[in-house]
Amino acid sequence: MSFALRGSGGRETPEPPIGVLRTAQAGQDPAGRETVFAMTGGRVELEGRSVLRGIDLSVSAGEVVAVLGANGSGKSTLVRALLGLIPLTGGGTELYGRQPARFREWWRIGYVPQRLSVGGGVPSTIREVVASGRIARQRRLRPTSAADRDAVARALATVGLADRAGDSVHELSGGQQQRVLIARALAGEPDTFVMDEPTAGVDAESQRLLAGTLTTLVAAGSTVLLVAHELGPLESLVRRAVVLRDGVVVHDGAPPPAVGAHALPGHDHVHPHAAAAGEGPLPCEVYPSTGGQA
Amino acid sequence: MFDLLQSSIIQRALIAALLVGLTAPAVGTFIVQRRLSLLGDGIGHIALTGVALGFLTNTEPVLTAIVVAALGAVAIELVRARGRTGGDVALALLFYGGIAGGVLLIGLSAGGSNATLMSYLFGSISSVTPQDLWVIGGLTVAVLTVVLVFGRELFVLCQDEEVARASGLPVRFLSMLIAVTAALTVVVAMRVVGLLLVSALMVVPVAASQQLTRGFRATLGIAMIFGVVATVGGLGYTMYVDVAPGAAIVLLALAGFAVALGLGTFIRRSRNRESTR
Repeated sequence: MSFALRGSGGRETPEPPIGVLRTAQAGQDPAGRETVFAMTGGRVELEGRSVLRGIDLSVSAGEVVAVLGANGSGKSTLVRALLGLIPLTGGGTELYGRQPARFREWWRIGYVPQRLSVGGGVPSTIREVVASGRIARQRRLRPTSAADRDAVARALATVGLADRAGDSVHELSGGQQQRVLIARALAGEPDTFVMDEPTAGVDAESQRLLAGTLTTLVAAGSTVLLVAHELGPLESLVRRAVVLRDGVVVHDGAPPPAVGAHALPGHDHVHPHAAAAGEGPLPCEVYPSTGGQA
Repeated sequence: MFDLLQSSIIQRALIAALLVGLTAPAVGTFIVQRRLSLLGDGIGHIALTGVALGFLTNTEPVLTAIVVAALGAVAIELVRARGRTGGDVALALLFYGGIAGGVLLIGLSAGGSNATLMSYLFGSISSVTPQDLWVIGGLTVAVLTVVLVFGRELFVLCQDEEVARASGLPVRFLSMLIAVTAALTVVVAMRVVGLLLVSALMVVPVAASQQLTRGFRATLGIAMIFGVVATVGGLGYTMYVDVAPGAAIVLLALAGFAVALGLGTFIRRSRNRESTR
C-alpha cells in the first residue's frame, strides 16, 4: 500500500493553510509537524446532557494517540466531534487546519466506526464494503480504476480476508467484521486513522492482526487516533494517552501503566498515575471487554 | 376479456409494468439498505393528497402527485435527519395527513369522488394513456440515472451515514436525492399497483433477492429481475382472470419471496456452516 512506501521521517509538510490563526506556525506543532486535529475549548451537548466540557486537544502528524476512559466518559463523542460528525456547542475544532465543514481533503482521513452498522438491511460482500473505502478518492461517473482495485486487494490481504472477499459481511464474526471496517479505512490509503474501539469485543487473533497492521502504519508515518477501553496488544504502539472522565481530559501524556492491567482479571482499578494528574482516582467502575457506546 | 381493439392498451400496460418492475426494486434496494422499508408507504400516503390536488385544480394528477410526493419525501427526510426523538410519531402524522388530505380535497373538487381515488389507491394499469407512458418512461430514466450515477455514494450513505460524512460525501444532498428518487418511483408505480401497494414493489423483490445473494450489487440486480417478473407476470395473469392487477402483482412478488426463502435456506444449508450467526 502507499503507506508502506512512505519513509517514516520523510513526510512532507504542505504549506500551512492561509487564514488559520494559531500561536505557533499555522497548522504545525513546535517540531514542525503538521497538526491533524486541534480542538480548543470543545464542548458537546447531546440531548441536553453535557458530554464534553472544554476539551483542548491537539494531535500532530505521525502521533499515535489513544483516548481512554470509562463508558460514558465521552471518548466516542470526542473523536466524532474531532471529525465534525457531531457539532460542537462551544469552542472550536480543526482538521488539518480547517473547520470540518470547510475541510475538503477527506481522503486523508480513514474513519473506523464502532462496530457494525456494516451491511444495513441488504447483504454486502466483504469486497463491496472494503471497496467503498475508496469513495473519497473516486470521482462521480469515473469507473473503478486499477489503482482502486489494487488498494482494495492490498487492504483485504492486510487484514487476512482476501480469500473471503466474496462472502457476505453478515456471515462474519464480530472480530472479522471489525477487520472489514479496518480494511475499508486502509483501502482509502489515508494519512490519518481514526478508530473507535477497534479492540472491543474482538477475538485475540483479530487483536494481534490489528496490532500488526497498526505497527506497519505507524512505521510508515501514519497518524493514529484510537478510542479504547483497554490497550491490550496495542499498548506497545501507543505513545500518548488522553484519558477522559466525565467529558474532561484528566490525563494527557504517556500511557498510564495501569491501563494494561485492565486486561488482567481481578485488577483493582486503582491508578497510581491519577494522583499525579491532580484529579484524584480515575473512574474505572466498569471496563467490560465488550463495551457499548461511550 | 380482451380483443384486438385493446391490444394497444395491453401493450402500454405491459410497458408500464416492465418499467415499474425495473425501477421500484432498484430504488428499493437502497431504501431497504438504509432500513427505511416503510418510506415508500409514507410517500404513497402523501402522494394521495397530490392526486386529489390535481383533480381540485384541474391539473394532471400525476404531475401534482410528483410535486407533493417529492415535498413529502423531503419533509420525511428532514424529520428523520433531526434525530430519533419523535421522528416516528412525526412520520405517522404525515401519513395520516396525506390520506385525510387526499380524501378531503377530492371531496372539494368538482368532478372527483372517493371512487376516483380508488384507481390511484389500487392502480388502474388498463387506463394508462400514451401520455402517462411518456411520464412513466421519463421518470424511469431519471430514477435509473440517479442509481447509476450516484450508486457508489448512495451505497456508502445507506450503509453508514457517519462514514459517508467522514468520507466527505454530501450527505444532506444524497439523503434528499434518495428520498426524492423514492418519491418519483412511488408516482411511477402508482398507476400500476396503486399507492397502497407501491411500497410492496420496492421492498418485496429486494427481500426475495437477498435470500439468494451475498452482495449488494447482486441483490440489486436480482431484485430488478424479480420485480419485472412480478409486474409483467401479475399483469399477464389479470388478462385471463379478472382481478385487480396491483393485487396480482404483489401476491406474485410475495410468492416469489416464499420460493426464494426456501431456496435460500437450502443454499445456505448446503454451503458449509462456518457462519457464526
